[in-house]
Amino acid sequence: MVIPAAVSDQTALSNPANFAPVIDLNGLSVTFGKRPILKNLRGELRGRAIGLLGPNGAGKTTLIHTLLGFHPPSSGTAHIFGRDITTDAKQIRSFVGYMPERDSFITKMSAVRFVRLMAELSGLPAATALERAHEALFYVGLGEARYRNLDTYSLGMKQLAKLAQAIVHGPKLIFLDEPTNGLDPPARQRMIRLIGEIRDSGQANILLSSHLLRDVEECCEEILILKDGEIAVYCNLEEERKANRKFLLLETRGDQKGFAEAIAGLGCEYARTTDHRLKVVLQEGIEVRDLYRVAASHEVQIRRLSYKRDSLEDIFLKAMENGHGGL
Amino acid sequence: MAVYEHTYKRYAGQLTPEWSRFLIIPHHAYRDVFKSKLFTAFFSLCFIPLLVEAILIYLHHNVEALALMRINVRELLPIDASFFQFFVNLQGSLAFFVVLLVGPPLVARDLRNNALPLYLCRPFSRAEYVAGKMSVLLILLSVITWVPQLLLFLFQSYLEGARWFIDSLWIGSAIFIGSVVWILLLALLSQAVSALVKWRVVASGALLGILLIPSIFGEVVNNLFLTRWGNIISLSALMRNVSAGLFGTFVRATSRITDFDGRVAREIVINEPPLWVSWVALFVVCAICLGLLSRKVRAYEVVK
Repeated sequence: MVIPAAVSDQTALSNPANFAPVIDLNGLSVTFGKRPILKNLRGELRGRAIGLLGPNGAGKTTLIHTLLGFHPPSSGTAHIFGRDITTDAKQIRSFVGYMPERDSFITKMSAVRFVRLMAELSGLPAATALERAHEALFYVGLGEARYRNLDTYSLGMKQLAKLAQAIVHGPKLIFLDEPTNGLDPPARQRMIRLIGEIRDSGQANILLSSHLLRDVEECCEEILILKDGEIAVYCNLEEERKANRKFLLLETRGDQKGFAEAIAGLGCEYARTTDHRLKVVLQEGIEVRDLYRVAASHEVQIRRLSYKRDSLEDIFLKAMENGHGGL
Repeated sequence: MAVYEHTYKRYAGQLTPEWSRFLIIPHHAYRDVFKSKLFTAFFSLCFIPLLVEAILIYLHHNVEALALMRINVRELLPIDASFFQFFVNLQGSLAFFVVLLVGPPLVARDLRNNALPLYLCRPFSRAEYVAGKMSVLLILLSVITWVPQLLLFLFQSYLEGARWFIDSLWIGSAIFIGSVVWILLLALLSQAVSALVKWRVVASGALLGILLIPSIFGEVVNNLFLTRWGNIISLSALMRNVSAGLFGTFVRATSRITDFDGRVAREIVINEPPLWVSWVALFVVCAICLGLLSRKVRAYEVVK
């Protein structure tokens, strides 16, 4: 039976499941033997690009593998676009792409044959699979090397080939497990750019697992930090950035006390950290030029002014210190 | 994701039927298999006995050709169950060597290169993966065993007449069942060994060992204890018995005359294990192979 995907897409549009969160964790727990790896994970992940962070052994890869149906949950479950991972695993895998962390290839094959085989296994007809294999390899930048044997590829090229096989069948959700592992800076930049492009196309959601904070910061809108198999933090990076946009650090010389009181008079909150440093939260309608005006009137020099924002590193370190949070 | 557009685009076209997807594996595997000149040459040689068999059947029914070659029809083998059994066993032996060349790297290569997650992260189950890998062997082996044998059986029926065909239908079923059981056993064994041993040469050696070592050991047991129960650990002996049972040539009791100092002679009757024991033993071997495959064919192995 040939399934017309276009028709299934139309029915999918009218399906309320389409408005479901990308990933819905319902008390998901996984144990290996007697050792708990994931402990009662709960929450709804809705971002276009979700960063999965955590120290080594936190359970990032196990979470991805469980969502793919490689490991059965010991209790609880999860839903991907409204479909249960325990009962609809095969259906889920038809709209999911996966780029594994470790080197995973079929040897003695050219890249185009490898990617074509993967597309055919995803259900694409042979001719379409071949066409899309070429397109995917061009898209990731391996167009010129697509007839070369995979065994001859460099590490960076292998990573790109893995990305090509993950996107060749045009999935709705792509799991990327440490996609920049072992890449040199230009190759890393290329990988990050590709992930950004896929995210911005709006055609697929991305779950990016990494222990490199910079990668996640550059690609993701939401982050989920795991610690010892539990959710330590889940936050929206964009909102965090917006919230911190009006948080200023000032270094001043002169009558800081009078200056601070004048700022308070404008309705801004402040905190003096040292004799010369001041933290200020700007209120609605107050601009930086107003601060300079007040400073001038109090004969205070503003030597340095910077926006203070919690970097992802701060969030991560806080999560590691504080322990367990939740959604 | 068109080449000229360089943008990511989801696929919204038609999909192939799910049941047919396991056949993608043999389709791609045959490209590699027939790249080897050694294998292609050997595989071609496997058809020579079939050619001889066809010639023998043809000669049996062509008096003119026999007269021309000055052969008496009585000197030729009779075309009966034993005739087909001989060629089925011969092709079965050749099938083993085909498995030795093709089977070991099939799963081992994927395990060595961590390729299983790539298969299993798609709408493709472990059972379909095993079926796909098995079908690489099953299709190849069918081409040199039961398919041509059944065609030759039909050829003989055509030359001999409808009456012979109806009377000999059981030979056709024996050809089919005997060959299928053997190639299924070989395919399962080679996949299980391939899943256990990641190196091709070692896997080939192990496969050869599984067939030879128990046979030798079984023969030693048979001779030491004047029995035939040693055969139950020998795959080739088990299969020989099953094949003989299917072709109606299975003889359970065999006698042996032992001579003492040239004066006293004693007859010892040695019984083969019952036929059902051979079937059960083969079933157990297949079950063990399936158990091993189910244990080893996983996206990721959890190390305890």
